[in-house]
Amino acid sequence: MIDFLNSIIVLLNFIIIPGISYGSQLALGALGVTFVYAILRFANFAHGEIMSFGAMITILFTWFFQSQNIGLGILPTALLALPVGIIATIILSIISDKFVFQYYRYQKSVPVVLAMVSIGVMFVINAIIRIIIGTETIKFSDGQKFIMKAKQFKVMTGLNEGLALKSSQVITILITILLLTFTFWFLQKTKTGKSMRAFSDNEDLALLSGINPDKVVFTTWIIVGVLACVAGTLYGLDKSYKPIIYLNLVLPIFASAIVGGIGSPFGAVVGGYVIAFSEIMVTYAYKKFFVYLLPNSLEPSGLVQLLSTDYKFAVSFSILVIVLLIRPSGIFKGRVL
Amino acid sequence: MMNFERYEWLAITIMISLFIFVGFIQGWSVSLVILNMCIISAIMTMGVNISWGYAGVINFGVMGFLAMGGLAAVLVSYPPIAESWQAGGRGLGISFALLVVLVVAVMYINKTVSQKRNRYIYNSLIIFFGILIIRHFYLNATHNIEDVNPAIAGFLGGLGLPIIFSWIVGGLFAAGVAFVIGKVALGLRSDYLAIVTLGISEIVVSVLKHEEWLSRGVKNVIGLKRPVPYEIDLQNADWFINLIKYLNSSKLNNIIDVSDRQQVLNNLIIDGSGIFVKLSYAILFLIVMLIIFYFANKAQLSPWGRMMRAIRDNETAANAMGKDVVKQHLIIFVIGAAIVGVAGAMLVTLDGLFTPSGYRPLRFTFIIWIMVIVGGSGNNLGAIFGGFVIWFSWIEAAPLTTFIINQLTAGLEPTNALKLHLLDSVPYFRYLFMGLILLLILRYRPKGIIPEKVRHS
Repeated sequence: MIDFLNSIIVLLNFIIIPGISYGSQLALGALGVTFVYAILRFANFAHGEIMSFGAMITILFTWFFQSQNIGLGILPTALLALPVGIIATIILSIISDKFVFQYYRYQKSVPVVLAMVSIGVMFVINAIIRIIIGTETIKFSDGQKFIMKAKQFKVMTGLNEGLALKSSQVITILITILLLTFTFWFLQKTKTGKSMRAFSDNEDLALLSGINPDKVVFTTWIIVGVLACVAGTLYGLDKSYKPIIYLNLVLPIFASAIVGGIGSPFGAVVGGYVIAFSEIMVTYAYKKFFVYLLPNSLEPSGLVQLLSTDYKFAVSFSILVIVLLIRPSGIFKGRVL
Repeated sequence: MMNFERYEWLAITIMISLFIFVGFIQGWSVSLVILNMCIISAIMTMGVNISWGYAGVINFGVMGFLAMGGLAAVLVSYPPIAESWQAGGRGLGISFALLVVLVVAVMYINKTVSQKRNRYIYNSLIIFFGILIIRHFYLNATHNIEDVNPAIAGFLGGLGLPIIFSWIVGGLFAAGVAFVIGKVALGLRSDYLAIVTLGISEIVVSVLKHEEWLSRGVKNVIGLKRPVPYEIDLQNADWFINLIKYLNSSKLNNIIDVSDRQQVLNNLIIDGSGIFVKLSYAILFLIVMLIIFYFANKAQLSPWGRMMRAIRDNETAANAMGKDVVKQHLIIFVIGAAIVGVAGAMLVTLDGLFTPSGYRPLRFTFIIWIMVIVGGSGNNLGAIFGGFVIWFSWIEAAPLTTFIINQLTAGLEPTNALKLHLLDSVPYFRYLFMGLILLLILRYRPKGIIPEKVRHS
């Protein structure tokens, strides 16, 4: 029985909790990509950089608040700076729309051209970030680092295995729940949300029924800004902030959005968790888990690892390719908000 | 062979004069270094342009195909390591044989078992256990190989042939990978295809990074043999010294003192050897570029090229006319990838080293795409022009930015924090330039600087 509990704790500690927090970050990112895809109808390669931009502004204001000795006690100061980051990210996304994307929307350009344009935007934002904050790795989480340390847990329960709970993980999960609830409530219950869904379902019909496309697009960019900034900041808070990481993050985010069924917000969220869990589960060495579960004679000799951790990114793409081959529309049929 | 319009001659003149300009300002060595990379970029750009410009097939896997070309350079030119083969050759052989058996078994099941559910069950069972068995042999063998002298070897080595053969082999490698990707992904819509090819190229690079027995992974392969002479050999070769003497005879004759003259001559020989090496590379690359350019143009003007344009402009109509769109898409995707693979092998040849961790999408996929868009998709001269201009600005962005920042902040003190910060960030301004160039071109000249010629005939 004790062994069984120990093995469960191992799973919780190394797979489930990291999986949920990484999955939440991916889900928020994928939700942003999905909104752009469903309303504006292109794959936004700049999304990773928008996330990075939001995180950067949050970091700058975190530093400012820290220098002023304003803090939240046990909570990280970044939470206080997050609203500023969100506003800045919204402004950035609206500016990028007004000066860049709007023109092509009015021209009714094909999606590929818009994707190319988003690559241009990606380069520009990327440069701005590097010019402002450089390329160094930045750790900006302060406050209490752990809600529960592995040692505490061991003492508390008397088990062999410790369960560590980082505060950044809990914050990630809580904020994600909050934000997702709000987003889905917004889409389902408010008038603007309903008009967005109508617009994504059938643009011509929506225009005919008097929906103002500019307003829909404007709202979309606001939502995208909020989601991107929160996702970027949470990722930076959990791991550490590094401008280069966010370009690599775009690909798992796209994978999540497509796996879930691109255009479907619920699918994007599910896709985020699917990708996160499969990345972690395929590359985790299960030796410890089996040592507890199996009798001594059957103990595995190797690490019981399907793939080495080096292939973490490769896993998400393999899933993407498999899903596209078997079910091209994703897990949940996409295209409509 | 072909008639250039006036503005095309202008573009060619601009390209040539850029290098002469840099040659006079920053020295011929710098100019030739940039020229070599420009030629390689132009070849990559032509590769992408063939699939995108001719047929509208998007290929974001440039990085992966370049890496395959680079791998070819290693596998062709590096001398074979006998101990590694002894240590793990047999195990690898067994695992590859088993892999073939597995594939054949799966194909056999697909052919004989008609019920869909049974087929899935048999396939997954056979793949699962097959991989378990293969893993056993494979991991043992690779582990043994990687243990052989890990500081300098630790991989299988190559064939020890002249590296110039790898340019063809690199093309074949890339074509092979492209064939598999194309079979899997080409049915997808263009933006999905972009993401999938980008993702698969990441997988290719991560395999090269971590399969040390094959490519030495992140430990890199250095000291690949060159197709051109080494500087040190040139400096001791009589004919080269005589050549330098002959070229600089007037300058040397003016110096009366013998030891001074020897000193000057030595410096000239050292400089000259570097330039000679780079020039030989440039000539080799130029030959390859012109060959590819010639055939690309031929193909574009041929009936096959016309069919490609028809498919690009209206897939449904072309299909209705009896053209096999899927097959043609696959063909053009593979050809484009092969050209990119050739460029990848040339890139490694030029550097003399293979660094898998150096392949990043920003540098090796997106920049190439900017070259294609800026140059003009569907026009080979445009592709070359895009490759030259973008690589040139990528390199020259840093000196230009330093100049601009110094001008703008001339009023500030040299210790001003803003000025120092800006000067520290000079290398990042090139991304800004790239983004702005792409956005401006897409906005005001969406067909590129040298657009595709519309032929009415």
